[in-house]
Amino acid sequence: MNSLSFALAHTLPELILAGGALVLLMMGAYKGTKGDWIISELAIAILGVAFLTLFTQLDGKALIWDGAFVDDAYGRFMKGLSLVGALVSLLLSREYMAREKIDQFEFPVLILLSTTGMLMLISAQNLIGLYLGLELMSLALYVVAAFHRDNVRASEAGLKYFVLGSLSSGMLLYGASLLYGFAGTVSFTGIAEALKGGASIGVIFALVFVLAGLAFKMSLVPFHMWTPDVYEGAPTPVTAFFASAPKMAAVAITVRIIITAFPGLMMQWQQIVVFIALLSMAIGSFAAIGQTNLKRLMAYSSIGHMGFAMVGLVAGTQAGVYGVLIYMAIYLTMTLGTFAALLSMRIGDRYVENIADLAGLSRSRGTMAFFVAMMMFSLAGIPPLAGFFAKLYVFQPAIQAGFYWLAVIGVLLSVVSTFYYLRIVKVIYFDQPAEAFSPVNREVTGVLWVATVLVLLFWVWPAPVLDAASVAARSLF
Amino acid sequence: MSAAQVFFYLFSTVMIGSAFMVIAARNPVHSVLFLILAFVNAAGLFLILGAEFLAMLLVIVYVGAVAVLFLFVVMMLDVDFAELKQGFLQYLPVGSLIGAVVLIELVLVLSSWSASSASVGAAGAPTPSDVSNTLAIGRVLYTKYVYFFQAAGLVLLTAMIGAIVLTLRHKPDVKRQVIADQNERDKSDVKLQKVPSRAGV
Repeated sequence: MNSLSFALAHTLPELILAGGALVLLMMGAYKGTKGDWIISELAIAILGVAFLTLFTQLDGKALIWDGAFVDDAYGRFMKGLSLVGALVSLLLSREYMAREKIDQFEFPVLILLSTTGMLMLISAQNLIGLYLGLELMSLALYVVAAFHRDNVRASEAGLKYFVLGSLSSGMLLYGASLLYGFAGTVSFTGIAEALKGGASIGVIFALVFVLAGLAFKMSLVPFHMWTPDVYEGAPTPVTAFFASAPKMAAVAITVRIIITAFPGLMMQWQQIVVFIALLSMAIGSFAAIGQTNLKRLMAYSSIGHMGFAMVGLVAGTQAGVYGVLIYMAIYLTMTLGTFAALLSMRIGDRYVENIADLAGLSRSRGTMAFFVAMMMFSLAGIPPLAGFFAKLYVFQPAIQAGFYWLAVIGVLLSVVSTFYYLRIVKVIYFDQPAEAFSPVNREVTGVLWVATVLVLLFWVWPAPVLDAASVAARSLF
Repeated sequence: MSAAQVFFYLFSTVMIGSAFMVIAARNPVHSVLFLILAFVNAAGLFLILGAEFLAMLLVIVYVGAVAVLFLFVVMMLDVDFAELKQGFLQYLPVGSLIGAVVLIELVLVLSSWSASSASVGAAGAPTPSDVSNTLAIGRVLYTKYVYFFQAAGLVLLTAMIGAIVLTLRHKPDVKRQVIADQNERDKSDVKLQKVPSRAGV
C-alpha cells in the first residue's frame, strides 16, 4: 500500500465527517429550507458510518501525515465516545430545534465540523495538529452556542464562550510556543525526548500554559467560569452536546499530551492535575447545591465529574488511564441520559428546565421518574449503578500511586454531591405534583431508555467497555 | 551595532509601541491605523530574518485585507466606544497589578531560559541556499503539511458558516435584485423620462 492510501485509510472517520459536512452544506445551500428535514437525518447517518469505520482497524498504531496524526486504539476508543456523543445530541436536538424554530440546516453541518475537529484533536500527535483540531472544534461550538440568535441568553452564552475560549486558546498557543522554543520540535515524542534530563523553569511555565488552555476546554476549576452561563444560555440540545462530545476530546488530548509528551515532568504536572482535580471536585459539589435550574446544575455536575476523572490521571499509570477511559464512557452515558430527560420536560409548547418543574413526576409519569432517579443515583455514584464503578476505577489507581488523601477527599466530596442529586429524587417522588409534561417523541424516550438500561446493567456485563478501555490504555504506553 | 541590529530594534520598538496604542487610543479608527503600523513593522522583522515571502504575505493579507476590513467595520458600525470603555479605568489597578506580576514572572523565566540540546541541533540545520523562500514553502505546504493545510481550510469554512448563520437575515420586505427579471423586461415596460437639469423628477 502506498503511503497516501495508507494515510487516507487511517483517517477514514475524519474524511467521512469532513466530506459529509461539505456535501450537506451544499445540499442545504441549494435546497433551501425544503431540504432541512433530511439533512439532520443524513448527518446522523454520517456520524454512524464514521463510528462503524472505527471498527475496521482494531489494533495496531499508525503514525501518519508526517507525524501529525496517530491512529491507535486509544484514539479509536475516545473517537467512538465523541461520535456517540455527537450522534445522540443530534438525535435529541431534532424535536427541540423544530419547536423553537431554529432547525436550520447549518446546525447538523456545524456539529459535523465540530466532531471532525474533535477526532483530529484526539489523534493529534504534535502541537500544530492539536491546535488546529482544537480550533476547529471550538469555533463550531461558539457558533452553535449562539445558534438561537434571537434569544438574548443564547447570544450572551455564545459571546461569553467565544471571548473566554479565544483567551484560553491564546494561553495554549503561548505555552506551545515556549515548548517549541525549548525542545526545537512540535512533536509530542520529540518533546518527551528533549525533556528527558529534567526541566528548566521555562518548560514548567510552558506546561502550565498548555494545561490551562486544555483545562478551559474541560471546564476544570479555575477555568470553569464560563460553564454554568453557557450551559444555561445555550439551547438544551446544544448543552447536551457541550456536556458530552467536546469533553471526551478535551480529556483525550490532555491525557495523551501528558502521557506522551511530559513523562519527564511527572512531578510538575502531577501537582497541577492534583490541584485542579481537587478544586473541580469541590466546586462541582458545593456550588451545585444552591442551583434551581437543571442545566446550571448539570454544568456544576460536569465540572465535578471532570475533576473526578482527573483523579485517575494523577496516577500517571496505565491503570490510571484505563480508569479515565472507563470514567469518560460512563459519564457520557449518564450525561446523555440526563439530557434526554431534560428534553422530555415540556409543558404544552414550552420547554422547562427548573428542578421545581419535576415535582411529583412519579405520579404523572412513573417510568420517566424512575429513569431520572436512576440517572441521579448513578451520577451520585451509588452502587451497583455504573456511576459507582466509574469512580471506583479512577480512585483505585490513585490509591495505588500513593494518593490516599486525594481519594479520601474525593469520596467525601462525592458524598456532598450526593445531596443535590438526591434532592432531585426527593422532588420527583415526594413533592406535590406540578403541571404534567406533554408526551415526548420516540427518539428522546429511546435515548433515555437505552442510557438507563446501560447504567443499570453495567455491572452485569461490563466486559465490552473494560476490554476496549484496557486495549486503549495499553496502546498509549 | 550592525545595520540589521539597528533595524531590529527600530522595528521592534515601533511595533510594541503601536501595539500598545491599539488598545490605548481613544479613537477606534486610530486603533486600527496603529494595528496596521504594527503589522508593517512585523513584516519588517520578517524581512530581517530573511523570510521575504512571509513579510509580503503579512502586508498583503493583514494590512491589505484584514486591517482595511476592520477599518470599514469600525467606521460603519455605530458603536459608542467611549461607553464601552467606561469600566476600563475602574479595573485598571487590578489589571495592571496582574499584568506586572505576569511580566516579572516572564522576565524571570526568560532570564533563566536555556534551550535543550536537541533544539540547538534542530536550529543549527543549514538553510539550503539554492532554494528560494517561496519555493521552499510551496514544496512542503501541499505535500508534507497537506493535513494542516486542509485542516486550516476547514477552520476557515467553519468561521464562514458561523458568520453567515449568526448574522444573515432574510427580511421579507426587503427588495432584492433579480437579474433574470431585469433581463426579461421589455422595452415597452420601461418609461423613459427626460429629467431637466437641476429640477428633479
